[in-house]
Amino acid sequence: MRGNEVIGILFAYVHEERVRELTQNRVMASIPFGGRYRLVDFPLSNMVNSGMNKVGVITEENYQSLMDHLGSGKAWNLSRKSEGLYMLPPFGADTRRTDGKIESLASIMRFLQNSHEEYVLLSDCDTVMNIDYRDVFKFHTEKQADITVIYRHGMSPDTDKNVVYTVDPEGVVRDMLIKRGSDADCNYAVGMRLMKRDLLINLVQDCMSRNLSDFDRDLMQRNLGDLRICGYEYTGAAYTITSFSSYFNANMALMDPKVRSSLFIPDHPIYTKVRDEMPARYGLGSSVSNSIIADGCIIDGEVENCILFRGVKVKKGAKLKNCVIMQNCVIGENTKLDYVVADKNVTFADNRTMAGYQTYPVYVAKGGQV
Amino acid sequence: MLPKQEVVAMLLAGGQGSRLGVLTKDIAKPAVPFGGKYRIIDFPLSNCVNSGIETVGVLTQYQPLELNEYIGSGQPWDLDSMNAGVHVLSPYEKRKKTDWYKGTANAITQNIPFIERYNPDYVVVLSGDHIYKMDYSKMISFHKEKGAAVTIAVQPVPMEEASRFGILNTNEDDSIYEFDEKPKKPKSDLANMGIYVFTWEKLRKFLLADDEDPKSSNDFGKNVLPAMLNAGEKMFAYRFEGYWKDVGTIDSLWESNMDLLDPNVPLDLSDADWRIYSRNPVMPPHYVAKGAHVQNSLIAEGCNVYGQLEFSVLFAGVYVAPGAVVTDSIVMPGARIEEGAHVQYAIVAENAVIGPNSVVGKRPEEVENKDEWGVAVVGPDCKLPAGSVVPPKAMIDAEEVEK
Repeated sequence: MRGNEVIGILFAYVHEERVRELTQNRVMASIPFGGRYRLVDFPLSNMVNSGMNKVGVITEENYQSLMDHLGSGKAWNLSRKSEGLYMLPPFGADTRRTDGKIESLASIMRFLQNSHEEYVLLSDCDTVMNIDYRDVFKFHTEKQADITVIYRHGMSPDTDKNVVYTVDPEGVVRDMLIKRGSDADCNYAVGMRLMKRDLLINLVQDCMSRNLSDFDRDLMQRNLGDLRICGYEYTGAAYTITSFSSYFNANMALMDPKVRSSLFIPDHPIYTKVRDEMPARYGLGSSVSNSIIADGCIIDGEVENCILFRGVKVKKGAKLKNCVIMQNCVIGENTKLDYVVADKNVTFADNRTMAGYQTYPVYVAKGGQV
Repeated sequence: MLPKQEVVAMLLAGGQGSRLGVLTKDIAKPAVPFGGKYRIIDFPLSNCVNSGIETVGVLTQYQPLELNEYIGSGQPWDLDSMNAGVHVLSPYEKRKKTDWYKGTANAITQNIPFIERYNPDYVVVLSGDHIYKMDYSKMISFHKEKGAAVTIAVQPVPMEEASRFGILNTNEDDSIYEFDEKPKKPKSDLANMGIYVFTWEKLRKFLLADDEDPKSSNDFGKNVLPAMLNAGEKMFAYRFEGYWKDVGTIDSLWESNMDLLDPNVPLDLSDADWRIYSRNPVMPPHYVAKGAHVQNSLIAEGCNVYGQLEFSVLFAGVYVAPGAVVTDSIVMPGARIEEGAHVQYAIVAENAVIGPNSVVGKRPEEVENKDEWGVAVVGPDCKLPAGSVVPPKAMIDAEEVEK
């Protein structure tokens, strides 16, 4: 697919309520992930790697940290003379109902109408995966679909919050259930859809004039009979963040080399903001096992089954197990942490002990002093 | 005419760096990787930006492809500004007197038109093969205060080593009265660091005069500076305290990388107020596996460490297999150390592969004749087969391995 055929639209905010801990001061899209990334890096890099060069990011509130992260879009090669990154902050009155996608799209109607690209790819920011949208585009044209939705087959990542599709052997979506989970394997949505720009404009305008506001129910499900909606199955590794514990587990999954090689493909790199930190420094007497460590860390203690983001300091005698420690945290001497998720800039003083459990990791909010 | 810049920096990056052997076979010396994620040129470039110098000319001549690509628009160093920024300056054909850069001074002479576009008061001349953090703005203030024609940064070196350096003999007020190139009996311990601040008007005059002299080798140290001294120009030595190392040889390159692992060496790269910028690799954080053992080392993004690592520097995307042992070594981007391989006191260059159970380098205490010991170097893209042995001080070239 040529870059100028498809616009990307990212919903930076949807499903924030599912991980309230992490979205107090930020949008879904800017939740830190995997040692150096934010969730938005995945869909954004996928779009760029698939040849798209125009991406609009729809935000609603709390988007300062996202703006800071994305900047001009340079790190994703989206700071360009023609097209590039468009921040689309809220415009007009906030009449948020359901997930607000339809209102958001209505509020950027001028952006959609003034674009010349034929297609639009709409993506949520809560799924971590490395997908080539060119394959989806090819599928979409071959199937002569009006809308293509991307799904995964397997155990639904959540019990009651998913969209689940019934797809016939032709790849056509025959049924679509909202807010569903399933105990058995099913086809669950990963929050990405491709359609023509004109069709999207018509559907959004139609919903707005009928006072319909739920994207999945009113724009998609209601049109199941009239439109040819096809399902593209994605088979690589994917992690949808539906709760705090799924966030924790998705991070921990990175210890598996197979997961890493599916998410971090040299030809399809995941871009992120550059921090110019020095490489991680391991001191004498440090001990690190089965962990992901980012640049700028200084490790003098023990680290096991952990993800350390950029610039984390682990002092002598500290013992970290099963933790996700975000940017610039400091772990004091002889402090012991087990199943702890520490948000950015948390300081643990010396000789502290804190422990959660696998099913219930303890969360320490941004800037906390323990 | 572009807006005036008070200071323009000219970075001499054209040297072949033949003493680095295979490491500079296909790249210019300033592009040699350093410190886990940097290249040597990141240091002078970052120093310029951090000192407020926004116009930098990089003089290239030998194998410039990779260096040009690395510098690109200058964006990683914030040097992609509209009216200033970094410019790569290669020799070019002229109507008269077309030539390669014949010497350090000639390289600047050939680029007088570049410098004049900015109408500067001062020109800073830097080398592309030194590792140090220095605030040039302090040196420029010193230069202004003294009203000097040229100020040369110097560092005190141990007297017994002074005969290896270019020594400056100074009066009490730090004005220079003599240049002593590698003196047998040094009179002073002030070594020339190869960092110069010139008053542009004066430099221009002496460069043009030097250019007219057919006998001159057009070199700063040999010709231009002595000519300025003879003409009675005011020349001062500026004492710099802090870490500074010329990494023009395999040993000094290795030592300087090892210095990063020594907390007592004053070269802190984590200082947020004086960052060393570089073109960052786009790779995930590195992974240290269960059973791996890492001590006193630097590890960059994208590495996968399953084996043992001590006193070593791993660049981006290096793989250390289970059972491999890497000690006191530098492993450059994309290299692979396979199972059971033993790498010690070595430099493994970009994308090299050390086959299973190979042995590269030796500890100095295991070598009887000390003259036979040295850092072993495995060149870029060398694919060493299983069970290879690379003796200390050896330098392996990819083409030789294929034969």
